[in-house]
Amino acid sequence: MRHLLSTEDLSLHDAIRILDTAEEMSAVGEREVKKLPALRGRTVVNLFFEDSTRTRISFEAAAKRLSADVINFAAKGSSVSKGESLKDTAQTLAAMGADAVVIRHWASGAPHRLAATDWIDAAVINAGDGTHEHPTQALLDAFTMRRHWSKLAGTPSAGADLTGMRVAIAGDVLHSRVARSNVWLLRTLGAEVTLVAPPTLLPIGVEKWPCAVSFDLDETLAQGVDAMMMLRVQGERMNASFFPTTREYSRRWGFDDNRLRALDSLGLKDTIIMHPGPMNRGLEISAAAADSPRSTVLAQVRNGVSIRMAALYLLLSGENREPAAAPVSVSAATSPAANPNLTYSHQESH
Amino acid sequence: MLTRVVLNQADIDRALTRIAHEILEANKGSQDLVLLGIPRRGYPLAVRLAAKIAAADPTVDAAAIVGQLDVTMFRDDLSHQPTRPPYPTQLPRTGIDNKVVVLIDDVLYSGRTIRAALDAIIDLGRPRIVRLAVLIDRGHRELPIRADHVGKNLPTSSSEKVRVRLEETDSVDGAPINEVVIEATA
Repeated sequence: MRHLLSTEDLSLHDAIRILDTAEEMSAVGEREVKKLPALRGRTVVNLFFEDSTRTRISFEAAAKRLSADVINFAAKGSSVSKGESLKDTAQTLAAMGADAVVIRHWASGAPHRLAATDWIDAAVINAGDGTHEHPTQALLDAFTMRRHWSKLAGTPSAGADLTGMRVAIAGDVLHSRVARSNVWLLRTLGAEVTLVAPPTLLPIGVEKWPCAVSFDLDETLAQGVDAMMMLRVQGERMNASFFPTTREYSRRWGFDDNRLRALDSLGLKDTIIMHPGPMNRGLEISAAAADSPRSTVLAQVRNGVSIRMAALYLLLSGENREPAAAPVSVSAATSPAANPNLTYSHQESH
Repeated sequence: MLTRVVLNQADIDRALTRIAHEILEANKGSQDLVLLGIPRRGYPLAVRLAAKIAAADPTVDAAAIVGQLDVTMFRDDLSHQPTRPPYPTQLPRTGIDNKVVVLIDDVLYSGRTIRAALDAIIDLGRPRIVRLAVLIDRGHRELPIRADHVGKNLPTSSSEKVRVRLEETDSVDGAPINEVVIEATA
């Protein structure tokens, strides 16, 4: 794995490896010293062309817990607002010696562009591009589901997948990169996904996705759901009217108090309610649902740091990584590992 | 490839029995003892040693003094090797503060793993004493580190490989295997 761009092309093996590594990373948050020296001397650039608080600070916390140096680059108030292109920005970062670029961009495909070109020789992590993908969000959702699913089964979560888990994702699928990333990843992990949305908020071609589609949230709940994920109604992307009023949306597709009670009457006592945040309380999720013991919203935020630590660790450690834009360095020629006469056997790890 | 068995199952067992008694002797009893095995093969050795210590001192609960210490994230060669997935770190319930921690690994070679382990321990707490027990000491140290308890000193050439195979980690098709072999690469 060189970049983390999408979950569509993420293999089951790689997905499980990220989830298992995140399992070990989560233990660090409970220790006396909440820091590991693994990425000491590496530089991670958070390149954000779009507003984001939680994803950016989550990546920042993850990088800092691994002892990497973090540079935050927000498009607002930077040279990008003066008209600098993505290429020039990337080459500037390359010249500064970035080892990883965490990029969020309003254009779908911007991270792929960065990874496919020779503008910058750094690991690229997609932190959300347009309406395309948001792989680390899907991974932290899957991590949260896997912990819940293994706890129910009474088995350790390490190495497990989500076979047999029924997941419903409801809301603004059309604009949601979270929904897309989740559909691909959850399929890979063996879960059954149902998308629930008004027809106006479903993308063209959704019938070819590896999931079921429903227009009726109550019907989907009645069929049984193990994890209910609500998506945010993205007001900033609503340049046309997709539904008549917010009240009607909330009544038909929001997770309100009636539906929270319905979970109990349907006998779904272990169903969790998920939300990627930020929540529009009272619109797609009621306050009672968001604050109920079923809600995993805060666990998702916590797990986000572990997942991002795992992604950064797996992409940035390892022999195939070369320092970005590094001229021939003196230390590389004299370090023991570069000198075959001094090398000790790596395979044995003694 | 030439391979030579240097310790068989009975040899390993005898060495571990002796190390268990040495640990008790050096500590003047079993009080405050914690055995931390380094994955992968240090951990099963720590479990075996704890069982032997419990056999020698019935007041000891073997399961309560054993832990696993992963050192992957503390290694100094992370950027020169394929990515290693970390193993779990599990400490005994009593923690390691003010304890006598005995680190346990299968082979002591460059000493770099133990260097990483010492860093990992400091981030987890402050033991009173840290000791080191290894099944094999093959020499070629690159750091000022030595073991307190050694199963067998094995003079080797650095072109050779020392392989420890334990039934907990290396069984093939269920056939238990417990041996230490030296492989000479051409």
